Amino acid sequence: MPLKTETMVLNMGPQHPSTHGVLRLELEIEGELILSVKPHIGYLHRCFEKHAEAMTYPQVIPYTDRLDYLAAMGNNFGYVIAVEKLLGIQIPERVEYIRVIMAELQRIASHLVAIATNGADIGALTPFLYLFRDREYILSLFEMTCGARMLYNYMWIGGLSHDIHPDFVRKTKEFINHFRPTIVELNNLLTFNKIFIERTANVGILPLDTAINFGASGPVLRGSGLSFDVRREDPYSIYNRFDFEIPTGKGLVGAVGDCWDRYYVRVLEMEQSLCIIEQAIDNIPEGDVKSAIPKRIKPPKGTVYARVENPRGELGYFIISDGNINPFRVKVRAPSFVNLEVMGELCKGHLVADVIAILGSLDIVLGEIDR
Amino acid sequence: MKNPEEIFELLKSEFGNTILGLEKETPTEPIITVDPMQINKVGLFLRNNNTLKFDSLMVLSGVDDANGTKIKDEDGTEMISGGTLSVYYHLHSTNLKHKITLKVSTPRETPQVESVYNVWRTSDWHEREAFDMFGIIFLNHPDLRRILMPYDWEAGYPLRKDYKNPEFYKGMKVPY
Repeated sequence: MPLKTETMVLNMGPQHPSTHGVLRLELEIEGELILSVKPHIGYLHRCFEKHAEAMTYPQVIPYTDRLDYLAAMGNNFGYVIAVEKLLGIQIPERVEYIRVIMAELQRIASHLVAIATNGADIGALTPFLYLFRDREYILSLFEMTCGARMLYNYMWIGGLSHDIHPDFVRKTKEFINHFRPTIVELNNLLTFNKIFIERTANVGILPLDTAINFGASGPVLRGSGLSFDVRREDPYSIYNRFDFEIPTGKGLVGAVGDCWDRYYVRVLEMEQSLCIIEQAIDNIPEGDVKSAIPKRIKPPKGTVYARVENPRGELGYFIISDGNINPFRVKVRAPSFVNLEVMGELCKGHLVADVIAILGSLDIVLGEIDR
Repeated sequence: MKNPEEIFELLKSEFGNTILGLEKETPTEPIITVDPMQINKVGLFLRNNNTLKFDSLMVLSGVDDANGTKIKDEDGTEMISGGTLSVYYHLHSTNLKHKITLKVSTPRETPQVESVYNVWRTSDWHEREAFDMFGIIFLNHPDLRRILMPYDWEAGYPLRKDYKNPEFYKGMKVPY
């Protein structure tokens, strides 16, 4: 006689240290085995899109900071690009260079958190502290520039809120010199650590066609092996001037598209970001960062969809203007929102402990999922 | 790689009157308007055709066009009657690198649009969000529930232009 078994429903979250915020996962389990995972979101819904309709265009910028709060520069960047497209204004070279440097620094800072928490969730606590030390360096650079450490409101429509500090270039170069060896150290500590590989290789494999069909983007898509990066695919700002590679998952220690691949893409991307910063930092032209800021921002009637490559993937702003001073509709295509959809697919047939590794490798921020 | 005019001509020859028109006004990117009850077929064609290959849905967004007649209640709140709700589909081909925007409009009182769940799986949550925020019913969607708002939110659809905050939700005061 076969043993009678029953499935159990287990709630992971909304208050759980490794759900990276207020996310509830409804796990249907049979023993340790996952049968299905249902994410429940919305605990952090702050009505961004409704608020944006009541604000003028520049007033929306501080709210965009609070979407993906680990990559606030990138959020500002996408929004101002969308509005500038609607307005059809030219941006001074100096502003473009500074924006790119800030966005790339932010990418490193954000990936550092992603890598650190991914490791910490699995049990590697030492790298966590090392990486947060380096992130601190970047946050000080931002603090020096605009006074804020997390929510910057730095990029304005047509310009920037502050010019860079006279010491900024020197300190950024110092950071690059300091950070390169840290990546080597990180690889020794965590990337090629046997326990870490055991926990992440061949876990949560995402095939490429599934990834595209689910709309995944950023490291999640690239981890599955497609060389797709909005900076290259649909160049915005001045990204077409820089040489950089787009790292993809190769399946070095397991199958292509597993958790380790997604993790390693982030490590390689940090090096590429350093590369872009190095190319940009010495060529910042002189100029006034506020000269192109329009006095009155009232875009003509029309719609625009602008997308940028945020650390977590393709961040898009769909804005409809009805010719007024406030947007008629702002829709955010949040990368984490789309990437999280694939969670249910990835977890099937894995163990409960793997859910944490998979979620960590997706690198979600609930701020932008719930908006 | 095809430009929007060519894509429009191709769709027009394949589907005839289902394709309602091509909007081209700067600064807007060109938008092809489609019949809401045929969007699934059009989507499948766009994805499977070898010269188009739109394999990726970047974003699906609901919009309240607010183009109906505005009626003022006695207490000064505005209601909109008639007009349309719209859904925008921003498509992209990872292979052929072209982009296109589709739009469907549906009457505000009975907003119904075919789901594209079976074409682009990513539309699952996007459609749930459009349902949650605008009350647009996506036909044949397997799991059309609220997603960002509480499952038992009864005060309507928040992103509609005539939405009014309720006084209380389960005994908790809503306006702060």
